[in-house]
Amino acid sequence: MLNIKNLQVGLEEENKQILKGVDLNIGEGEVHAIMGPNGSGKSTTSYVLAGKDGYEITGGTVELNGHNLLDMDPEERAAAGLFLAFQYPVEIPGVGNMTFLRTAVNAQRKARGEKELTAGEFLKTVREKAKSLKIDSDMLKRPVNVGFSGGEKKRNEILQMAMLEPKMCVLDETDSGLDVDAMKLVAEGVNALRDGKRSFLVITHYQRLLDHIKPDVVHIMANGRIIKSGGPELALEVEKNGYADILAEVA
Amino acid sequence: MTDMIAKEGVEAETVEAVKSLSGKYKYGFSTDIESEYAPLGLDEDIVKLISKKNDEPEWMLDWRLQAFERWKLMKEPEWAMVDYPKINFQDIYYYSRPKSMSEDKPKSLDDVDPKLLETYAKLGIPLKEQALLAGVEAPKSDRKVAVDAVFDSVSVGTTFQKELKNAGVIFMSISEALKEHPELVKKYIGSVVPQSDNFYATLNSAVFSDGSFVYIPEGVKCPMELSTYFRINAENTGQFERTLIIAEKGSSVSYLEGCTAPKRDVAQLHAAVVELVILEDAEIKYSTVQNWYPGDENGKGGIYNFVTKRADCRGDRAKVMWTQVETGSAVTWKYPSCILRGNASQGEFYSIAIANNMQQADTGTKMIHLGKNTKSRIVSKGISAGKAQNTYRGLVSMHPKAANARNYTQCDSLLIGDKCGAHTVPYIEVKNNTARVEHEATTSKVDDDQLFYCRQRGMDEEEAVALVVNGFCKEVLQALPMEFAMEAQALVAISLEGSVG
Repeated sequence: MLNIKNLQVGLEEENKQILKGVDLNIGEGEVHAIMGPNGSGKSTTSYVLAGKDGYEITGGTVELNGHNLLDMDPEERAAAGLFLAFQYPVEIPGVGNMTFLRTAVNAQRKARGEKELTAGEFLKTVREKAKSLKIDSDMLKRPVNVGFSGGEKKRNEILQMAMLEPKMCVLDETDSGLDVDAMKLVAEGVNALRDGKRSFLVITHYQRLLDHIKPDVVHIMANGRIIKSGGPELALEVEKNGYADILAEVA
Repeated sequence: MTDMIAKEGVEAETVEAVKSLSGKYKYGFSTDIESEYAPLGLDEDIVKLISKKNDEPEWMLDWRLQAFERWKLMKEPEWAMVDYPKINFQDIYYYSRPKSMSEDKPKSLDDVDPKLLETYAKLGIPLKEQALLAGVEAPKSDRKVAVDAVFDSVSVGTTFQKELKNAGVIFMSISEALKEHPELVKKYIGSVVPQSDNFYATLNSAVFSDGSFVYIPEGVKCPMELSTYFRINAENTGQFERTLIIAEKGSSVSYLEGCTAPKRDVAQLHAAVVELVILEDAEIKYSTVQNWYPGDENGKGGIYNFVTKRADCRGDRAKVMWTQVETGSAVTWKYPSCILRGNASQGEFYSIAIANNMQQADTGTKMIHLGKNTKSRIVSKGISAGKAQNTYRGLVSMHPKAANARNYTQCDSLLIGDKCGAHTVPYIEVKNNTARVEHEATTSKVDDDQLFYCRQRGMDEEEAVALVVNGFCKEVLQALPMEFAMEAQALVAISLEGSVG
């Protein structure tokens, strides 16, 4: 599904290397987690995958199902099946949440040469999916993320994910700013999308999200590299001992 | 849930409409038609000629000549934040009409030159009497719209006249009204915008060639929307039209106005005057989608749009609502105003002004509160992109007798890119200490993070900008009649093409 080879990335505006050779292979239907201390390059990885401006790729390759992701515009990556749940979803005043969703869904369908959804089809699907995420009709009417609480914003990201049906989902610290109940709701939303084919990359600081979204593989990232990979027990180890032991081990 | 579907439906349809449109200025074609012109330039004889072409009563000619005498002594206003080469007023044709519209002009729309009808069809303006509306493909509806089609200096025809007549409504070109209802024209023309009002209004008073006339009798709710569609086709020709709408006691009407012009390398002048007279308990809603040719990316060509629009709320509880979407023109100089004379009369002004590339817009409103308990509301959304300059200029004036008058003003500016400018120039005069004036202003930029967010969800860059900007303009778009709102939203997107990346 997603194959990252020796990815090296710096900032465009200053001479600073952030990713120093990241290797990561996520197979179909797999759930991988990346954990790591602040500033290790976790969020940068997610932005570079999605195609955000401001980064300079100095080496390496990224392929999604064999397509060179780094050559594509952000919207082409989206249409190819890459979805990023943002750590800080932006507000778009005056644009109804539903309008935004429908525009996005149909833009992707069009890019893939599929038939666009009619208003009726769209409404039916969105209502179903919103219900399971406890998103009420009022939240669908309100402008995108404007005045949403932290939990509402994250649930809205998962709703978008559910509507867009991506192949590869990247979740950037989706648990940040959530209380326990909200986190459970978000995790249930994510789990509902696990169908054995769709793959996930879950970026998080904390083990607790991984109690709800069970990963197949856990990676520890530090200083722009993945320094250790293992099973779910690796996350438990971090939770217990922090990163210091692992960092010392590989140093 | 049902109300939501309707509301969301409009927007989603619009997004589709926006997507289906491509190419920059889609109304830039010209119609190859034989026209007759008045001699180039302006003198007393030209004024007489225009009056004669319209077969006007003598008092009208005298009024024109008086205006012309005044105009010769006036100077062009220079206070607006716009910059353009000096206009040579002797290098303009003041009158041009298609040959087929001359002396024995067609009796009905059926007899009009097919080329003219084709032009309007191409512009999406229905001149057949059917339930259809201007602009992008509108949803099927039963709502009817009567159209007065003005081509260069003359009205080509007006639809639904019979049906309107049955309701007592008069809707015809002003040249016809001068023949059929001279007493009404004489009573009201120049009573809202006096002949000496300003340089361009005075010029218009001397040389206006045609325009629309509307009279809604007491207690009548106009049974359909009325609209005038202005098309400039001829080269080097100015368009000077005059619109006069009178709403008698307790009547109401919604009037729409649209304008386009072909792409030409040489700038053209459009100087119109619109006068609205609103009596007791009457209401006029006046909407404009101004899409004159804006000139090319380097500022070559385009329309100079110098327009005086004013509403006089003469009776108590009279109400006027101006809504404008200004996307076209190289230079715009326009301040639709409200004189709130009647007690508890109300004025509203909703505006979207978009300036892209080298366009310049200096637009806003004047709210003159004379009566007690008068209320006004101003919502202005200015969008600047490219190297454009966009100025909101407004006056809120509370006169000594305007006890308990209220005004609320909201002025928002949105910048796209870093080479454009947004300016806000509000003037406030308060001479009654029970009056209250509120003013809010914001300036923001289309944010890269917003665009990235939209693109990550699959929209391309222009679609993303259109979505964000339509969100910014939402309050004003909602004030437009529905079909017009869709056209306006599509226009917003088209006017901003090429503004990013």
